[in-house]
Amino acid sequence: MSLITPDFGLLFWMTLIFAIVFFILAKFGFPLITGMVKKRSDSIEQSLREAEEARRTLKELASEQKKLIEEARKEQARILNEAAAAGDKIVQEARDQAREQTTAMIEKAREEIRIEQETARREITNEVTNLSIEVAEKLIRGHLSSAEKQNALIDKLIEEARAGRTTVN
Amino acid sequence: MRRIKEIVFLTVALLLFAPVPAAATETDAPETEQFDLNHYIFGHIGDAYEWHITTVNGHHISIPLPCIVIDGGLHVFSSRKMQENGYTLNENGKIVNAATGKRPIDISITKNVLSLMMSSVLLLVLILWTASWYRKHDAMKEAPRGFPGLMEMLITMVTDDIIKEGVGKDWQKYAPYLLTAFFFIFLNNLLGIVPFFPGGANLTGNIAVTLFLAVCTFLAVNLFGNKHYYKDIFWPEVPTWLKVPLPLMPLIEIIGMFTKPFSLMVRLFANILAGHIMLLGVVAVVFITAKLGPAINGSMSVIAVLFGVFMDILELLVAFIQAYVFTMLSSVFIGLSRQEPEHETRIETTK
Repeated sequence: MSLITPDFGLLFWMTLIFAIVFFILAKFGFPLITGMVKKRSDSIEQSLREAEEARRTLKELASEQKKLIEEARKEQARILNEAAAAGDKIVQEARDQAREQTTAMIEKAREEIRIEQETARREITNEVTNLSIEVAEKLIRGHLSSAEKQNALIDKLIEEARAGRTTVN
Repeated sequence: MRRIKEIVFLTVALLLFAPVPAAATETDAPETEQFDLNHYIFGHIGDAYEWHITTVNGHHISIPLPCIVIDGGLHVFSSRKMQENGYTLNENGKIVNAATGKRPIDISITKNVLSLMMSSVLLLVLILWTASWYRKHDAMKEAPRGFPGLMEMLITMVTDDIIKEGVGKDWQKYAPYLLTAFFFIFLNNLLGIVPFFPGGANLTGNIAVTLFLAVCTFLAVNLFGNKHYYKDIFWPEVPTWLKVPLPLMPLIEIIGMFTKPFSLMVRLFANILAGHIMLLGVVAVVFITAKLGPAINGSMSVIAVLFGVFMDILELLVAFIQAYVFTMLSSVFIGLSRQEPEHETRIETTK
């Protein structure tokens, strides 16, 4: 029977000791531990959330970066194409210009040659004329070396001139 | 597993063929000294004014404990000097005045009280040690390892699985009590299984201790119960004839207020007491069979030890389960006393 009748002494001590234990633990023990655990789990949760956010941002950044690279590549290709075109054009222009210049130079040379030829021809003509005159002089001088020869020529010339006048009349 | 079977078989077989002369010498002692099972079991599970440790050659080795009685004045004396101080034990083993035969107000430091003191100090040390870890470390940066880590795991389990689930809103208010109750019961259950000095007292299997714990839960439930809880007790939602001429339902509800903590008290008390009695019974097999000859005694001893190991493991489980169940039911009862009425809020929202 003593098993199921609560003993006063033990009940007294139990009340006292449990109250003290409860007071100490409730003040210095459990709230501190549970509070810290909660703080830590909160901070872990927050870290996880932040990590998730960071991952998302990183993903966005990566896609943005990809887009940028893509754009840059396009730009690069465009610039390269343009540069190539411009280069071609410059080369073409240079070539054209060179051709023009060459043509012009050839033309000029030709002209000069022509002028030179003209001059040369004129000089030759003059020379030939002079020579002819000189030859004629010499010939005439030879023909007129004697008096009869001179008379004969004068006569002939008069004759020729008369003949000429009569034909004209 | 096979190896164990072989060992058991061989031991039993060897004992069966134990020489007879040895048996003759061994059987002498138990016949002269009758084994008193009742005294043996109740001596262990009951309370005492001294802490009996062991008996060597019929000589008791025990720690005398101080007796404190209030009997027309405060008397403090060692339990060894009880007779000299005019007190003696009655048939229930309680201290009585030798002259009048009456029970004085007895607040002696008995075996259970000493055990309670030691386990309480141990509990304080364990929890404050854990708490001091948090004070010394930055809990945001690291988690405790070793013992504080184990305690944190247990505390987190109790708070998350039991208290938050059971109490619901405002659980922080009740967490210190429920945690204290859990660790108090768990630690004392475990110490009760330890068979030698610091443990071995049957504290949580003592009705006074479980009564106190049940009263604490009763107070926690009823002191902080809300309006809805008390309305459900005194004016429950049942047909009017069940409560007007004769308050049938309120009566049942009021009885229910007391049966809930009563069930808590009896459950913990009975489970731990039964566990102790089972364990002691299994061990007693060794002593009971002592006079039946060495063969039976030896083989039964082996069986008793194996069964004792099994019982001990089972008791470890029970120690945890009972602490868990007590805390869980306390949380649920507290939670029920703080439930917000569902239908009333619905009416309010429709208004």
